[in-house]
Amino acid sequence: MTGLPAIKVEKLVKRFGKTTVLNGIDLVVERGEVTCLLGPSGSGKSTLLRCVALLEEANEGFIEINGMPLGFASGPNGERVRLPAAETQKVRAHIGMVFQQFNLWPHMTALGNVAEALVTVRGMPRKDAEERAMAQLSKVGLSDRAGHYPSELSGGQQQRVAIARALALDPDIMLFDEPTSSLDPELTGEVLNVMRDLAESGMTMLVVTHEIGFAASVGSKIVFLDQGKLIVEGKPEEVFGKPRHERIDQFLDTYLDRGAATLL
Amino acid sequence: MSWKLFWLLVEAARLTVLLSIISISIGFVLSSIVCAAVMSTNRAARIGGKLFVSFFRGTPLLVQLLLIYYLLPQIGLNVPSEVAAIVGMSLCTAAYQAEILRGGFSSVPKGLIEAANMCGLSKFATFRRIRLPIAVQLTIPALISEAIMMLKSSSLVSVVGVVELSRMAQDLAASTYRPLELFAAAGLIYLIINLVVAALGLKLEKQMQWGRT
Repeated sequence: MTGLPAIKVEKLVKRFGKTTVLNGIDLVVERGEVTCLLGPSGSGKSTLLRCVALLEEANEGFIEINGMPLGFASGPNGERVRLPAAETQKVRAHIGMVFQQFNLWPHMTALGNVAEALVTVRGMPRKDAEERAMAQLSKVGLSDRAGHYPSELSGGQQQRVAIARALALDPDIMLFDEPTSSLDPELTGEVLNVMRDLAESGMTMLVVTHEIGFAASVGSKIVFLDQGKLIVEGKPEEVFGKPRHERIDQFLDTYLDRGAATLL
Repeated sequence: MSWKLFWLLVEAARLTVLLSIISISIGFVLSSIVCAAVMSTNRAARIGGKLFVSFFRGTPLLVQLLLIYYLLPQIGLNVPSEVAAIVGMSLCTAAYQAEILRGGFSSVPKGLIEAANMCGLSKFATFRRIRLPIAVQLTIPALISEAIMMLKSSSLVSVVGVVELSRMAQDLAASTYRPLELFAAAGLIYLIINLVVAALGLKLEKQMQWGRT
């Protein structure tokens, strides 16, 4: 498996009705890399992430995870051949996902949320699963909130539980879909810190974000999308440094207007 | 009104409660099947489920009870009128409960199902562990209302000869010439039963708040 990229996206096209949301995306994410997807809203970055998670099915193109085809394989004439569900599920098990809206299950405690799949999917005895869940929760600094229901936690805490829930299943790729966009500015820091630690531990991450500061400091690669196309990709210093692409300039201006100049 | 008369009403009320509990329970099980059929990807199941709901919501329970009462012997089933009553009530409430459940299931946030999907939960596990408990929580108030409606509607089974609370009040009123007191007492008993049901429902609702206090 070494040598193969963690994620390989080839000529991906996704349409919703008549609108083309992704218009031929090629992207490679190497192991251990933190790739940040930036772009204005409607640029297709979330859709791209959701395609990689197979929460959306692309209309054309291919995705490989650790060299294994996801959902569809390329047939002898390059046509898309749907893979059996069991095989697809095996490939997807390598991926963990964190959502903008946290999506914690409201009827389970923090511990229950993290332990759930260990019991129902992995078949672990509940006691062992909870032990492991507890260890995962303490990694995100929430062992003292294990017995709380999501509604009793702050947004930042909920998102950290959601990260622990994904990590408990030992994924080797983590997808983040605007993980701090529904948080108060004061709470984004705690989530970004957890993500920073995760990046430092060598996790392969694909992050859709509006946190340019985070992308610039933690990202090993920046990918900029606009209108369903990949416009610029490269190391943060290449993408943000001068001379920069006109479209990036435009995009950054909106941030600088909001006083983010100090971040860059 | 003498205690003896009142006691006769209470005895009859026990039958009302029993019929209702049995019908509502059978109805709940049936309703999950009907709801699954209506939400199924199978076209035949969907049509079958919708027809069931349309018929049993679209016709009066009174008509349904009489139909079932006269239909069962025709197909060779000679059952006591209590059984005919239970069959009628169960089918009727199943249709209403199925619609309530369907509403509950479609209100479960999509993101919660996507999270389950990303954690590798199978469709069945997602249903059992995520969708069902949340749908039930969302629908408890409506299901309790339906239970209260059924308790009151159970007075209709007197048409097939079951002597439950309303029928007993009627019979006693006829023999004692004291309709006002007897119907007032019957009404009071219905009210007390339903207050208890509502209180239990509220308690259940609170228990399923999951931290939101």
